[in-house]
Amino acid sequence: MSSSLRNFLITRIFLTIPMIWILITMVFIVMRILPGDPIRSQLGPKVSEEQAMALRERLGLNRPLYVQYFDFLWKMVTLDFGTALTQGERPIIDELGEKLPATIELTVPAMIFTAIFGIVSGAYAAEKRKKTIDYGIRLFSIAVYSIPIFFMGLVFQIIFSVRIPILPLAGRMDTLMMTNFRPITHFYVLDSILQGNWAAFRSCISHLILPSLTLGLALTGVFIRLTRVNMIEMLQADFITAGRARGLPERRLVYKHALRNTFIPILTLIGLQFAILLAGAVLTETTFSWPGMGRYLVDRIELRDYTAVQATIGVFAFFVAIISLAMDFLYAFIDPRIRY
Amino acid sequence: MMSNDKVLVQVRNLSVNYHTRLGPVSAVNDVSFDIYRGEILGLVGESGCGKSTLGKALMRMIMPPAKISSGAIIFDGEDVMKFDQKRLRDFRGRRISMIFQDPMTSLNPVQRVDEHLIEAIQVHEPKTVLENAQERVRTLIGRLGIQERRLRDYPHQLSGGMRQRVMIGLGLILNADLIIADEATTSLDVIVEAKLVDQLREIREEFGLAILVITHNIALVAEIADRIAVMYAGQIVELGDITNIFDNPLHPYTIGLLSSVPSIKLDDHEELYKMSGEPPNLTHPPSGCRFHPRCPEAMPLCSRFCPNMEEVVPGRWVHCWLYQDHPQKERSTIKVKA
Repeated sequence: MSSSLRNFLITRIFLTIPMIWILITMVFIVMRILPGDPIRSQLGPKVSEEQAMALRERLGLNRPLYVQYFDFLWKMVTLDFGTALTQGERPIIDELGEKLPATIELTVPAMIFTAIFGIVSGAYAAEKRKKTIDYGIRLFSIAVYSIPIFFMGLVFQIIFSVRIPILPLAGRMDTLMMTNFRPITHFYVLDSILQGNWAAFRSCISHLILPSLTLGLALTGVFIRLTRVNMIEMLQADFITAGRARGLPERRLVYKHALRNTFIPILTLIGLQFAILLAGAVLTETTFSWPGMGRYLVDRIELRDYTAVQATIGVFAFFVAIISLAMDFLYAFIDPRIRY
Repeated sequence: MMSNDKVLVQVRNLSVNYHTRLGPVSAVNDVSFDIYRGEILGLVGESGCGKSTLGKALMRMIMPPAKISSGAIIFDGEDVMKFDQKRLRDFRGRRISMIFQDPMTSLNPVQRVDEHLIEAIQVHEPKTVLENAQERVRTLIGRLGIQERRLRDYPHQLSGGMRQRVMIGLGLILNADLIIADEATTSLDVIVEAKLVDQLREIREEFGLAILVITHNIALVAEIADRIAVMYAGQIVELGDITNIFDNPLHPYTIGLLSSVPSIKLDDHEELYKMSGEPPNLTHPPSGCRFHPRCPEAMPLCSRFCPNMEEVVPGRWVHCWLYQDHPQKERSTIKVKA
């Protein structure tokens, strides 16, 4: 590893910290600007001022804002997420321990699906440029890009679980099966494998198909278009012509020389799309009653549960930052112009 | 035009058309010439005269919407036009190679220098052991004056001149018989250009290969080439030894071209010669001789009939009515002394 690459990576790691800091600070501020507060949302409008004050004091919400802010920052640094302000005051870390695996289980297959399907069909469209199949793929990419996620989810639900009932409508697993299923890691697919519970495994997978397909398709359009455009440009690049002029086989030129260069912009896109993927997960989870981070976040925002919202978005921010950091590492690995 | 073992490539009546919405554009029209073994042939002409298209056509690298519409390319006794895709791939790289104008973009940015060279060997000679391939690469790179430690570099770490030398190396690694250098020195600065020109000449001596130098730069051709072909509007108008053509240009276009080259000695009162008119739109090329609308010597005949490429003295071809007879010709034919 050259010293300049090391510097690049170290700089990049340190840049992640202010990135997360800015985001969680913004969440802290926005939550407090929003009308409504956790006390009222929990105790209802008829509660006496004394009771509200007592609860406020117990939750530390009567302290000056800056004290709350630095307290919050310190807790984030020490990974102490505290307890939820409302509805049973459960430790947030426990909540996230259940919700995060659900979201990861939904988003990872979605991302893999969208990346592979998007890149392959984009490259294929570039190869068949201006032929019927190319126009078909482009039309498809605009369609999936412009249909709202929740609508696409609803349509899938109607088609595949109401009209042709082959897939479950919502949730992570059949309710009956839940009664004798004991989650360990809360990654249900993993848990069912670990326990050798194949009926549960099948149930998990069939529950996963529609939501992850919905979420994946919503992001595919961008991948198709970006891959196609970059691939077309790459196939006209001088080094491809030069390679052809020294007799390199066409397939080698397309899938080794051109595609590897196309991966550079695509990787950036994967990093950027990850944030959109998490945003999409919120909508998908709501549509499919998927008990993940997204639905938890929506519920907690309605309750104005400051600590829960801050922690959840903090975790989101952390993941987006980590992924984009990983992409930059990969980027440097693929593109020598960055490495040296 | 003779045909013996001195001749490496024979191009006969080659035409290339671009198919556009406005109709076919005749980029190369009925061109015939030979390339001798071990010679440096300069192909000069203005931008858009079809010289690059001609170079690509020699490798059958013409892509749609363009097409080689007729003609023959005989390379070392074999008809290139009859090659199938497999033969063609083998032919490109092993027999003929090309260096392009922009050294910044003609190497794969994510491939190391040695990977380019080894890939070329492995694609064309799949049985080669990796160690042998590496050894060949090291030997060649040494002869080209590139340090061995540069082999593990990526293209962006090399200077423009060095990249062009790598491109030359890619042509030499498989012992090609002909390298086409398409404006290969145009994007380099003059000093690097001069070095590369020297090197091309040395390579010719050392490897005995032929080089077709395609350029708009007459001065470059004067320095490097043995023979020169002047191209205008898709046709070769004059072909001959470099000294003959520079001392005694015959075609009116060549005369104009040579007098429009700026000289450092030009004094303030002398003005640079500017040819009248503009190169024709090749969607609708002029009738007869394509140069006649701009030609100071044009005769009525010139707009009606296209002259032939005729050998006026041994080794000297001119595509002009001034030097050939026609029953309807209004002036007497100029006899050229050898």
